[in-house]
Amino acid sequence: MQRFADLYRQLDETTSTNRKVAAMVDYFHSAEPADAAWAVYFLTGKRLKRLINTRELREWTAELSGLPLWLVEDSYEHVGDLAETMALLLPDDQVSDIRLPLHQWVAQRIRPLSQIKHEQQRKHAVIDLWHSLPVNQRLVLNKLLTGAFRVGVSRRLVTRALARVAGMDSTLIAHRLMGDWQASAEAYQQLIDPRETCFDSSTPYPFFLASPLESEPAELGDIDAWAAEWKWDGIRAQLIRRQDDCFIWSRGEDLMQGRFPELEAAASQLPNGCVLDGEILAWRDNQPLPFNVLQTRIGRKRPGPGTLQKAPVAFLTYDLLEYGGEDWRNRGWQQRRAQLEKLIQAAAQTQLRCSPIVAATSWEQLSEWHSQSRERGVEGYILKQRNSIYQVGRKRGDWWKWKIDPYTVDAVLIYAQPGHGRRSNLMTDYTFAVWHEQELVPFAKAYSGLTDQEIRELDRWIRSHTLERFGPVRSVDAMHVFELAFEGLNHSKRHKSGIAVRFPRILRWRRDLGIKDADTLTDIKRLLPPGTK
Amino acid sequence: MLEYRAAGLYCPDGDFYIDPMRPVERAIVTHAHADHTRAGMQHYWCSREGLGITRQRIQTDAKVTPLDYGETIRMGAVSVSLHPAGHILGSAQVRIQGPDSVWVMSGDYKRGADPTCSNFEVLPCDVFITESTFALPVYQWQPTSEVVSDIYHWWQTNAEEGRPSVLFCYALGKSQRVLAHLCRHTQQPVWLHGAMTQLVQSYREAGVELLATRLVSDAEKNYRFERDLILAPPAAAGTTWMRRFPGHVSGFASGWMRIRGNRRRRGYDRGFVLSDHADWNELTTTIEATGAHRILVHHGRGEALVRYLQEQGRQAEIFKFAGHA
Repeated sequence: MQRFADLYRQLDETTSTNRKVAAMVDYFHSAEPADAAWAVYFLTGKRLKRLINTRELREWTAELSGLPLWLVEDSYEHVGDLAETMALLLPDDQVSDIRLPLHQWVAQRIRPLSQIKHEQQRKHAVIDLWHSLPVNQRLVLNKLLTGAFRVGVSRRLVTRALARVAGMDSTLIAHRLMGDWQASAEAYQQLIDPRETCFDSSTPYPFFLASPLESEPAELGDIDAWAAEWKWDGIRAQLIRRQDDCFIWSRGEDLMQGRFPELEAAASQLPNGCVLDGEILAWRDNQPLPFNVLQTRIGRKRPGPGTLQKAPVAFLTYDLLEYGGEDWRNRGWQQRRAQLEKLIQAAAQTQLRCSPIVAATSWEQLSEWHSQSRERGVEGYILKQRNSIYQVGRKRGDWWKWKIDPYTVDAVLIYAQPGHGRRSNLMTDYTFAVWHEQELVPFAKAYSGLTDQEIRELDRWIRSHTLERFGPVRSVDAMHVFELAFEGLNHSKRHKSGIAVRFPRILRWRRDLGIKDADTLTDIKRLLPPGTK
Repeated sequence: MLEYRAAGLYCPDGDFYIDPMRPVERAIVTHAHADHTRAGMQHYWCSREGLGITRQRIQTDAKVTPLDYGETIRMGAVSVSLHPAGHILGSAQVRIQGPDSVWVMSGDYKRGADPTCSNFEVLPCDVFITESTFALPVYQWQPTSEVVSDIYHWWQTNAEEGRPSVLFCYALGKSQRVLAHLCRHTQQPVWLHGAMTQLVQSYREAGVELLATRLVSDAEKNYRFERDLILAPPAAAGTTWMRRFPGHVSGFASGWMRIRGNRRRRGYDRGFVLSDHADWNELTTTIEATGAHRILVHHGRGEALVRYLQEQGRQAEIFKFAGHA
């Protein structure tokens, strides 16, 4: 634990990525494999789930520090990180010293917490842990307890450090870390062993991501060298068919077992040893349904017959990553695509489709169809270089996303609350409203899009123009107008405005507009997809 | 006794302002930070300890009357005296004695010992006006000697790697405090940004012992600062001036560095928690020690402190600008 806390400190004390990688390399070189395994686990953002609820942690912190609970809450709001708030508030009263390696900490001290049924016992167990660590290590413990272990290292950086330790290519490390990677000494040794080849049958491949197209598409050269696919607005996923089993992984590497039984059933018609990249969409009558229909499926672990009926899904395949048990990622796209089409045809399942290639003969033609994206329920194109191999992560050059312009709306800032992490104690989470019958109705929240300078200026303004406070949320004078962008919208019963928007963000601060110039709910409702108005 | 007017905090019985924001006739200034001592007043009163830097700050030949700590003068119907606040060199609390009550305006203050200024003096009073810059219990300071020892070891570690250490800190107060404490660790001179030299000189003239310093602009053109510590005001971060220190590691010495998010947002490698303001415990124990029956909280984030004091059974409120919208 001491060593891991030291690593944490080193990572935290520098902004240089080279130094962060070097610190991790040092740690991995010298740590016991079982400890290194847990370090990988936490640093790549995996967490121990449902250990202890945060309300209890806040209450115990209040009790131990002799502060009223509201003051702990106020402090948390100010700090923006519960683990850190607790570490700052708890009295410095170490009474014992548990010197255990990280993996034993996890196995003997942290994991058992979730098994303790009685709150009093749980409380004493946690307080014992706090008492057994010096102040500077409590933050690390608290991070493990609350689950949010973010220390300014990305997963890519951890992969880079491991690749250096193993003397291997980082793409292979990335692949080995995919999926349900469990921390153990064996798993860690396999991870960094260049000779090791075995993967779990459920292990997905790292996704290849397209980069945003920033220039004119025609600048990509001869259109014949490129294939255009529609960019669907669903859940990017990988479907694995191996050893008579089927696994569906989201891009966030959640195993979505049981959530899409119709896809699992259809996948049983695929040959073993194949892996497909594609998009899960709510789909009916040869066309996609709006994203909010798919949303009704996302939260359900075991959808009932009613849900299956109301929100049928299809898997639109983009790519073939493995075939006949062989890794196909280094073959050209054209070859992968041809085999994919054969495969889907042979399976003959309505829920398994090839995402069609848009057969344009010129960039002009492609551009014209691009402008009809909304009517088709897509977000533009993905352009793929026909010889491209399937790479790891976001690599520029071979795959581009050519997106349609977002919808935009002018809206009034009415609520604000402080952000977290890097934006702690700055008002950065905003709620915006539009006019409806002479009233401002909240319709979207947005967090991103302003410059640091604008954020600071707005923060000062919000603090001096607060009308009311509801916990961390402040209502402010309706005075400032912002242009918001969003990708799509739909009806929603959960929102006061009756609509829900996709990916709202701030485009710019419209200092030139007064609040009377903001848009109305009626303006926005005109943008609803045809047939739903 | 005291109220907020457009020009700032005003004492009608004594006809003077404290730290006024606009030009007025009579101004008592608590200390020489720019948001407390402004140019344009006809007559200033400040502590004798702070006379040099006050003069430097106002840069006019306006009349300045220095007062010894504890020296009482008559202003209108009240008696006024200045007492050490422990914030920076010459910082003062203002004690005002009227016919029925004693008010103390704390100004900015801290309680920890500081070799660069006189240490805070607890003044019993009826009404205590306290600052509240760091008025949340997450703000608790470590002893200065420990923090400066951390700074010194950080500098040495960077030096071993041949990297310049650039420590950002406020030009008035913080930088001199760091220089005074560093004397215990080394005799190696420290480089200064130009904005700091005059103030450092003023401290020396006031008899404060500081580590030897040199001016960055006096360094030879090819000099690389590889084993050196450089002090610079935060405003120098991100400017072209920083190109002078290739491969440098940056740190910031401030009470705000207690919170990770503050440091990460500003992009400093290291944060050193070092403040010239009172932390939560210093605020609450000082308020207790004054015995004041009424507490007015200004300058900072006072809401939590006010509520906390009220729950402890004290009369406490936010001290607001009368004309504030």
